[in-house]
Amino acid sequence: MSSVHIENLKKYYGAVHALDGLDLDVAPGTIFGFLGPNGAGKTTTLRILTGLARPTSGKAQVAGIDVLKNGSKLARRIGHLPEEPAFYPWMTPREFLDYLGQLYGFSSTERSSRTRELLALVRMEDVSRRRIGGFSRGMRQRLGVAAALIHHPEVLFLDEPASALDPAGRKEVLDLIETLRGQCTVVMSTHILADVERVCDVVGIIAKGRMLVQSPREELLERYAVPAFEVEADDRSALSRWAEDLRCLPWVTAVAPENGKLRLTVKDVQTAKRELLPLAVKAGLTLNRYEEVRPSLEDVFLQLVGTESVV
Amino acid sequence: MNFMAVFRKEMLEQWRTYRFLIVAAVFAAFGLASPLLAKFTPELLKSIPDVPPELLAVIPAPTVVDAVAQYVKNMSQFGILLALLMTMGVVAQEKERGTAAFFLTRPVSRETFLLAKFAALTVTFAASLTLAAIGCWYYTLVLFELLAWRPFLVLNGLMLVIFLVYMALALLASTIARTNGVAVGLAFVALILVGGIGSLPSIGEYFPGRLFSWGTTLMMGGSDTAWPAFGISLGIIAIALLVACIIFRRQEV
Repeated sequence: MSSVHIENLKKYYGAVHALDGLDLDVAPGTIFGFLGPNGAGKTTTLRILTGLARPTSGKAQVAGIDVLKNGSKLARRIGHLPEEPAFYPWMTPREFLDYLGQLYGFSSTERSSRTRELLALVRMEDVSRRRIGGFSRGMRQRLGVAAALIHHPEVLFLDEPASALDPAGRKEVLDLIETLRGQCTVVMSTHILADVERVCDVVGIIAKGRMLVQSPREELLERYAVPAFEVEADDRSALSRWAEDLRCLPWVTAVAPENGKLRLTVKDVQTAKRELLPLAVKAGLTLNRYEEVRPSLEDVFLQLVGTESVV
Repeated sequence: MNFMAVFRKEMLEQWRTYRFLIVAAVFAAFGLASPLLAKFTPELLKSIPDVPPELLAVIPAPTVVDAVAQYVKNMSQFGILLALLMTMGVVAQEKERGTAAFFLTRPVSRETFLLAKFAALTVTFAASLTLAAIGCWYYTLVLFELLAWRPFLVLNGLMLVIFLVYMALALLASTIARTNGVAVGLAFVALILVGGIGSLPSIGEYFPGRLFSWGTTLMMGGSDTAWPAFGISLGIIAIALLVACIIFRRQEV
């Protein structure tokens, strides 16, 4: 049985079709990356799956529970981290986690040990008695993850968990998500491709309220991979002139110059491998780097969603 | 018991955000000041230079009735205002800040979320009114004479019911509104409506404001009652809370 099952889910806000027949299945234990440009319908989907919003039509189940009919049952099985977790500024992390423990009916001993455990997990023991009001965005996000995990949820929904964080904060949160692998099913929405590439096993790409593709990450990369090469040189003007020449070649699909670097996508890898280096030498370039690059999720995303909607 | 957990959190919030202290301090101040004002206002008038002696002659000597009237007047104005100010943001603010969404994915029913807030505010106002009543009773004893405790208790009970009416309406406004600003506007519309309609001679008899005059009459030894107004007040509280719960249950936060 799927941890998350969505069938033909629709959510209309007047004329705006936030979700337009979304289908989705997430297998238990997966870290699922829910990828899409801003406004694609990711947050709306998560809000419906957590019981905060009602769909216009369609079916949505989490851990076998119909999200429309069993609010309190659902609440005990899921964890949710909104994009901007909000707290009571006058509480301390310790009080906050203890309060959540009370809501789940934990005994005082259970609450105290779970609070300690989670504060250690998110590395907040030293600030556990400070008021949340003075916390940074990264600290709030980490506390939000702890709050979402307090009751050992079967399915954890994370809405853009690292999007607004600085690199260090992002790394911390993604590391934390990594530690959940195998413990619960994680559905993580994001528009940051690198985050999905780093932690997700399965990727679903959504645009305009519809699922464009859903597949294990590696399969997706293979299926939609575009053969590409990257070339770096010091002489930028020579590199730009060479880029113009390359655009005329029949086996080259696209050339993207960027800060002393060229990224080429090609139709025929073998021809490219054979001809690219001699052409570079002929153009008088001194190369710093030449590499056949591993196709990225960005390539897949651009193919499926289109460059105009990428953020 | 989720209700008790949420209620305890609400009480702690009342304390930590100084709401409890503000209401208690304002009520206590008005409770203490009312008999003082009744006692010394004529004295102050007399001390103003150039007041015509004819006017001074008609200023009556203050009595315990003036102390009670001053108390009722102060509480009816500032008590209602505080009841609105302390309640109108409680739900809208949480929706705006995102804490409502964060907690409603937990095993907390939406009814619990609302009713625990109302219960905590009720405790805050009841405790503060008790302080005000003790202050007023004591200063009246010192400056005038002993107040009959039974009608005074009834007067304060009736005042609490009036405050609860405005708190329930403000909570409903806060539930309907998506933002704090809208909640403030709706709460004041409720104040104007209830106050305005209540001041009409024939209808006012059945409105919450009538409870003030019932309590005052009791203090003066009268036997006049206003049970219809009392019943309607309780009805307004119940209906406002019920409608708030129904709306909140269907609302997307």
